[in-house]
Amino acid sequence: MPPQNDTISPFETALLSLDRVKANEILEETGKIWSPMEQVKYVVTPALDRIGTGWEEGQIALTQVYMAGRICEELVEKILPREAPDRKRQPKMAITVLKDYHLLGKRIVLSALRASGYELKDYGRMDVDELVEQTLKDQIELLFISTLMLPSALQVASVKKRLDHAQSPIRIVVGGAPFRMDDTLWKTVGADAMGQDASDAVTLIDKLTGVPS
Amino acid sequence: MSQKTLTSLDRVLTTLSHKEPDRVPFFLLLTMHGAKELGMSIKDYFSKAENVAQGQLQMRKKYGHDCLYAFFYTPIEVEAFGAEVIFSDDGPPNSGTPMIQDPEKIMNLTPPDVRHSPCLSKVLDAISMMKREVNDDAPIIGVAVSPFSLPVMQMGFDRYIEIMYERPDLFSRLMEINQDFCISWSNAQLKAGATAICYFDPVSSSGMIPPELYLETGFQVAKKTLSQIQGPTATHFASERCLPIIEHVAQTGTAIVGTSMLEDLVEIKAACKENNLTVLGNLNGIEMRRWTPEEAERAVKDAISKAGPGGGFILSDNHGEIPWQVPDEVLMAISEAVARWGRYPLDWV
Repeated sequence: MPPQNDTISPFETALLSLDRVKANEILEETGKIWSPMEQVKYVVTPALDRIGTGWEEGQIALTQVYMAGRICEELVEKILPREAPDRKRQPKMAITVLKDYHLLGKRIVLSALRASGYELKDYGRMDVDELVEQTLKDQIELLFISTLMLPSALQVASVKKRLDHAQSPIRIVVGGAPFRMDDTLWKTVGADAMGQDASDAVTLIDKLTGVPS
Repeated sequence: MSQKTLTSLDRVLTTLSHKEPDRVPFFLLLTMHGAKELGMSIKDYFSKAENVAQGQLQMRKKYGHDCLYAFFYTPIEVEAFGAEVIFSDDGPPNSGTPMIQDPEKIMNLTPPDVRHSPCLSKVLDAISMMKREVNDDAPIIGVAVSPFSLPVMQMGFDRYIEIMYERPDLFSRLMEINQDFCISWSNAQLKAGATAICYFDPVSSSGMIPPELYLETGFQVAKKTLSQIQGPTATHFASERCLPIIEHVAQTGTAIVGTSMLEDLVEIKAACKENNLTVLGNLNGIEMRRWTPEEAERAVKDAISKAGPGGGFILSDNHGEIPWQVPDEVLMAISEAVARWGRYPLDWV
């Protein structure tokens, strides 16, 4: 069954007005006709995608994006627990904040991915050495790196160089303010892609690894 | 008016009254570059007031811009609250683990005493030293993070958003504490010799919170705080958008708005003019690190053509701090481009 616009819009509205009760009611209704993964695919992910696009276009604020992602993460966890076999565990993915302590961007992307049914490792904050060591150990295939400060963004180049040296086939997706301000920076640091917003993370999984979202 | 060479302060005051001075004033909001000038590490540079005062004076002499910037680093205010600051060799000192891990602790938080804070005293001393050197030739810009934006460093942005939406009691208490601090910190800088205070308020920007929430929160905080700061203020959104709230920003009593490269400078200028605000901005500091001198000249020329006519414009970067990675040649190219294209009347526009 195709996505239902008359379901997505009320769900999006409920998220933007922080109405958890209404959002939950909508998922309870759609749960009568769709499986949890179908609800994620037809309602949750499209709503978060619209919210992300709204933020990119300056129509929606970051606090709304964050709260919407958090509500979705909670609701999806109820219908599709983290240990559920239906959760998408491929490719092997991890997310981190490189060097600095501004964790909001990572939190938003993590919520969006989990609300879209993905499971991934949350590395928290790491420096270059820790990150390279951990991704190799965990055999991560797709790594999301969030940064706020320019020096941290530039450090992605060191991560890439070290992983290449170890002949890791890992793909790197970067995001955060420095990459939004300079749309060539992600290429300069050797990333494989840049996400403008959290919903880009979902589509980039498919694009970079061939695993359908 | 256009032929006489003005002091930097006169130039800025003229543009603030929406008249054309001798040339477009420009603020190179340099912080860490002072360490390069003095041949020392960023950490050593910020350890002494003398270094920052000397660095600022040397950079103004070198680039000929129109202010001295008394900004050390963003987390200096949370350092005064007892938080950790992490220094690096190639970027601004950064805030470490947020000092408020349990939001309930906000109820027991007290603001630091500005006069007895070693880190803040260094800033006040640097301002006094700069003031002795320039007197009233150039404005000295002091900096205060808004009470509404400081919690991002105090408790982390995610926890702060949650109390903003879900715990009005903790939010109100934190605003009271931060307002007390911001007012005394700003007034101490003015007393030490700062000409104006740059009030950094990125969380109020339209990219961060919806305009309707701004009206209930950041706007109220700014109105109350700025009315008690005993000098002129500029509100800076640190690269974030402000066009949807510009009319309200004007009502907070601020004189200047630091604007983002994410917004159209022509639109911003028109909105600011309507609200008697001066535009500060909006060169892209992140791209600046890879500009050629020609690209720097083009960017300066473009900004001046869009916002320079009629005054009400100070050319600057769009973040309020030029990255360490921006080379001297680019800064010099910006300076030369202002000298070439910024002279009023702007007949070439």
